[in-house]
Amino acid sequence: MKVLVGVKRVIDYNVNIRVKADGTGVETENVRMSTNPFDEIALEEAVRLKEAGICSELVAVTVGDEASQETLRGALAMGADRAIRVHAEMPPQPLNVAALLAAIAREEAVDLVLLGKQAIDDDANQTGQMTAALLGWPQGTFASELTIEDGRARVAREIDGGQQTVELELPAVVTADLRLNEPRFVKLPAMMKAKKRPIEERTPEALGIDMRPRVERVEVSEPVPREAGVRVADVDELLHKLRNEAGVI
Amino acid sequence: MEREQIKMDVVIVGAGPSGLAAAIRLRQLAQDQGRDDLSVCVLEKGPEVGAHILSGAVIDPRSLDELIPDWRDLAAPLKTPAVDDHFLLLREHGSLRLPIPRSLQNQGNYVGSLGHLCRWLGEQAEALGVDIYPGFAAAEVLYDEQGSVRGVATADTGLQPDGTPGPQHEPGVEIVAGRTLLAEGCRGSLSQQVIAAYDLDRDADPQTYGIGIKEVWEVGAEVHRPGTVVHTVGWPLDSRTYGGGFLYHFDERRVSVGFVIGLDYANPNLSPYQEMQRFKTHPEIRRHLEGGRRLSYGARALVEGGLQSCPKLEFPGGMLVGDAAGLLNVARIKGTHTAMKSGMLAADAVFAHWANTSDSATTGVDRALVDSWIWPELKRARNIRPAFARWGLWGGLAYAAADTYLLGGRAPWTLAQHADHEQMQKQSDARPIEYPPPDGEITFPLLSSVHLSNTNHDENQPCHLRLRDSDVPIQVNLADFGAPETRYCPAGVYEIVDGHGGPRLQINAANCVHCKTCDIKDPTQNIQWVVPQGGEGPIYSEM
Repeated sequence: MKVLVGVKRVIDYNVNIRVKADGTGVETENVRMSTNPFDEIALEEAVRLKEAGICSELVAVTVGDEASQETLRGALAMGADRAIRVHAEMPPQPLNVAALLAAIAREEAVDLVLLGKQAIDDDANQTGQMTAALLGWPQGTFASELTIEDGRARVAREIDGGQQTVELELPAVVTADLRLNEPRFVKLPAMMKAKKRPIEERTPEALGIDMRPRVERVEVSEPVPREAGVRVADVDELLHKLRNEAGVI
Repeated sequence: MEREQIKMDVVIVGAGPSGLAAAIRLRQLAQDQGRDDLSVCVLEKGPEVGAHILSGAVIDPRSLDELIPDWRDLAAPLKTPAVDDHFLLLREHGSLRLPIPRSLQNQGNYVGSLGHLCRWLGEQAEALGVDIYPGFAAAEVLYDEQGSVRGVATADTGLQPDGTPGPQHEPGVEIVAGRTLLAEGCRGSLSQQVIAAYDLDRDADPQTYGIGIKEVWEVGAEVHRPGTVVHTVGWPLDSRTYGGGFLYHFDERRVSVGFVIGLDYANPNLSPYQEMQRFKTHPEIRRHLEGGRRLSYGARALVEGGLQSCPKLEFPGGMLVGDAAGLLNVARIKGTHTAMKSGMLAADAVFAHWANTSDSATTGVDRALVDSWIWPELKRARNIRPAFARWGLWGGLAYAAADTYLLGGRAPWTLAQHADHEQMQKQSDARPIEYPPPDGEITFPLLSSVHLSNTNHDENQPCHLRLRDSDVPIQVNLADFGAPETRYCPAGVYEIVDGHGGPRLQINAANCVHCKTCDIKDPTQNIQWVVPQGGEGPIYSEM
């Protein structure tokens, strides 16, 4: 079975996000970037499928600028067999990325597309669903458990108020939620080898994908700062404040 | 579990200015002399090059001119020449403009971010064929049977808090190398071990340190004066405490503002963090920041001992470079140029030794250091810092002027340095200090500052701040000194909390910004700073 994993280069989850002064986006220059954590979980799951002998070839793909190669090196070091970068100006939009992933999935004839449930930069949570729709494949999103058997994928999904299990016929698209697994640490020798491996390059033009944005971004602004909390002396004061200042009871 | 082994010609610990300059110089020599087979790798504990770099910074480009003469054409991020020096004596009310000492005249120097410069140096090094591995911390020195250093091992990952392997455990890797260059910066954890193991400082005075706390602000275009350099002495410190403030305007409407305090300060009630916050409220400083927004925060210890505290660089199998060896020029408040130069000297010595397959045990780097321009520069400056320690601010300023202008730095004496941790008063003898509460505009609470360092550590690992004796924090530090670690730590790592059996020390290791102050200032040297698993700690972007 052949697995395609999408990895995206995003602002590191530890870094404070700063909106650009002109409101056109967030500051990314000289900002620490790393692999989207949900994509790392998807990748880890694929590596485990490989180790279990279920996956025979694991292809990592990213859509991005030259710096995104670093993300692919990380994927190779974690266990991907091949790495593909589709050239794109940053930041590409979900529908464009989905179209590219679908094109690569067809070209590579994969049986499973494993993606993170969302990227932590835009939190759009759209790419996986759109990829499945464009391919006409079944989808199992928010996966917290994945079992592959007899050409079918059984996916335990995190839903409001519990868990839902769906069974999909392969080929399919599955997106990873936080509890699917805990990704491994990358080993130094693996990183050394990954640095010397080739990265395959593709362009949207060659794949026949129109990269024009469909969504216009009007403005990016910081959330309104929350007012600082106050410490109350006792329950009476708390009740008084809830009644008279907050007006909630 | 057995560790994998990787062989290299040279391994460098730390991707700062000295380590990267050494790496670049080694590969330049290898390419120039047709010896492309020389393999050089750099290990960096930060998640990327520059993430753990913190400096003022007004940078003297002398070494960069020597290393990469066409750096201006290669888009090096030193874009703002220092054009306007100010030296102020601050009083609680008012200030006095002092004549600018020769050591603080910055014509020809550049204001910028050393983190940016290191990122750029990292790119230059990689283009020359250096392998840089950020996110991998060197945690252990490896010795061979003869007692020489044969390399380093990276930290294990995935250990549980009790030190046993967890489900994600990966053992570290041994990097075995012909030469090991320790370029860890001030108070490097491996450098300290090697200095002790080979008694490299037997002829040196104790090293003395400072703590620098820094913020980067984005200010309004109307107050931004690129190239303005302000240094201050005096308020908010008393005249017995060595230290001062700095404020530099550089590109992109950025202003670096910070405060350095000598870690030989005596009063255990002193909080370097609070002094730095208070410093910003002085009208001479506030006027640069008002209306701006604070972008980042960080702290780092720096070496101040100079020449008399400098250990021998070379040990069997390798050498110390940069601030790991203590080469900062404290009178000029600059160390990037000396750090880079020492890396280049180390590279020259290592390359010659390797290319000639020399049999001699040493490369002669200590001789090269003394023969280089670093030595006379540090020699001229050697008495300034200890003069302030002896005679306070007024005596220190007077001595510095006399030493510089009357004696030209050629005094026939050398004043000795003392060990910082021995200088702390008992709390019962010390003056209480009351700090004003934060105003939320210019001054901020500690934890909101730490948040801006982007620091993080996995909680599920052994604590990287080790206590040699777990009773000392309460029985000595709290009883005699009022738990000074709760104040000198600029990241809120140390807290005294009330437990069932009375007060106990809680170590919030996840907050640590890797400044090393606790390793230096703890009165009984009970705290040992070791590297956490790689890739953790602060993530500075433009420090």
